[in-house]
Amino acid sequence: MDENFRREIILDNYNDPMNRGLIEDDSYLKTRTNSESCIDDLNFMMKIEDGKVKDIRFDGEACAISTSATSIMIRSLIGKKIDEVRKILLNYQNMINDKEYDKELLGELNVYDNIQPNRKNCALIPSVAVDKMLEELK
Amino acid sequence: MNREDFPMLKKDIVYFDNGATTLKPKVVIDSINKYYKEHTANIHRGDYEAAVKTNELYDGVRELVSKLVNCNSDEVIYTSGATMSLNMVVFGYMKKHLKKGDEVLLNKAEHASNVLPWIKLREEIGIVIKYVPLNKNYELTLDNIKKYVTNKTKVISLAHVSNVIGDVRDVKSIGKYCRDNKILFNVDGAQSVPHMKVDFKDSNIDFLSFSGHKMCGPTVVGILVGRKELLEEMEPLFYGGGMNSFFEEDYSYELKSIPTRFEAGTPPIAEVIGLGEAIKYLQKIGMDKIHDYEIELKKYLLEKIKDIDNLIVYNKNTDSGIIAFNIDGVFAQDSAVYLNHYNIYVRAGNHCAKMLKDELSIKNTVRISMYFYNNKEDIDKLVEVLKNSKDIFKVII
Repeated sequence: MDENFRREIILDNYNDPMNRGLIEDDSYLKTRTNSESCIDDLNFMMKIEDGKVKDIRFDGEACAISTSATSIMIRSLIGKKIDEVRKILLNYQNMINDKEYDKELLGELNVYDNIQPNRKNCALIPSVAVDKMLEELK
Repeated sequence: MNREDFPMLKKDIVYFDNGATTLKPKVVIDSINKYYKEHTANIHRGDYEAAVKTNELYDGVRELVSKLVNCNSDEVIYTSGATMSLNMVVFGYMKKHLKKGDEVLLNKAEHASNVLPWIKLREEIGIVIKYVPLNKNYELTLDNIKKYVTNKTKVISLAHVSNVIGDVRDVKSIGKYCRDNKILFNVDGAQSVPHMKVDFKDSNIDFLSFSGHKMCGPTVVGILVGRKELLEEMEPLFYGGGMNSFFEEDYSYELKSIPTRFEAGTPPIAEVIGLGEAIKYLQKIGMDKIHDYEIELKKYLLEKIKDIDNLIVYNKNTDSGIIAFNIDGVFAQDSAVYLNHYNIYVRAGNHCAKMLKDELSIKNTVRISMYFYNNKEDIDKLVEVLKNSKDIFKVII
């Protein structure tokens, strides 16, 4: 991927992330990701309706990588069925952790395919958060 | 100064994370290697040559500590670090001597290890914790402390130098005030003992905690200094070998005298010996000289960055080598990643002072913490990189 294009996507999503700001609504699942290895501290909320992700919102203080990854992740997941969401999360986590993954499933999330080792946890924050909220459904 | 003594500085790095841990001089590394290569032995038990030498070196460190901070050598307890020392004070002494409703004064700039043990003790026995507010420069003053003292105040517990703002608290005046008012004075010296002269007796300190690795020594060794009559009343947190005189079938036992009573099990022998070497090394340079030099570096740094308009510095006036700042609009961790790109090592975060956000109204900062082996060239490199920080995202993404 062209480095300038990659940077542009990440920075656009960092400077103007999708769905930043939480709302008062008890029908949402909620979680807080406070990474043990870095200082990102984000709150997430997600609404599931008819087996699909209807909405995801977030807020908090975090670095450029985790904020942009959250924004892109939200855009990628809204409207998807839960099993599709699980598939995307698994493949995204595999990509970040240098394991085999299906590039076709990840769309814009592919901008993190070459992440530096010390930023992996930052990039993983949104997927960990959505995973945690899906756990609550079980 | 003394850069040639530090093997880590042979790498092309600027090390500005001394508040977290310091680099080790060759003499300290050599003393540890020597223990493992030439005179490995457990302490207090062997009659062979290596054991005698090890004993001598190990026990001798109490004397070195007592000269460093002006206390008696039997008031020096070896611990695993300042965190353990502070926990020993709270759960070994305070738990036995405080009661429900007794008040302990803290403040929101304190490190987790001088807050969480107290929160736990509050949970256990119902003490009352009060947070003394900082002044407009985020400093803790005796005047503010006095406003929060009542007839129920039993303890004032504070860091001599706070680890984010780096303000040097006036322990001499606070200590005198505490002694006059029969309040126990507990001091976290983790950020002060490595950098300046600290006087346990003269400052009327009751308990003083610090860590070896923040003063050129190894990790996993620290010190608790306690006033002897208080240590006599302190309970050990650990029981086992080395700390008892006898124990019998009828459940009777007797503990050894102070300070060995508090050192159950095989202690960090190599590390204590290494810490002794570090203390000798620092004293050879001179604690006053170290402090003055760090202040000189801080002034130089502040002068150099004063024209960089996108920097927010939170502690221009404090009297230590710590500078907390942010690049305007940039998350602290991104700034640290950016500096790392140029081999400049700093720390980003809340620095374990998680309540300071209430006073600072920002959660995370970039912290530069200097030591005597930093120099003006280190600062020049930093300033050059900070001047170009408008390109930060081109560098880090």
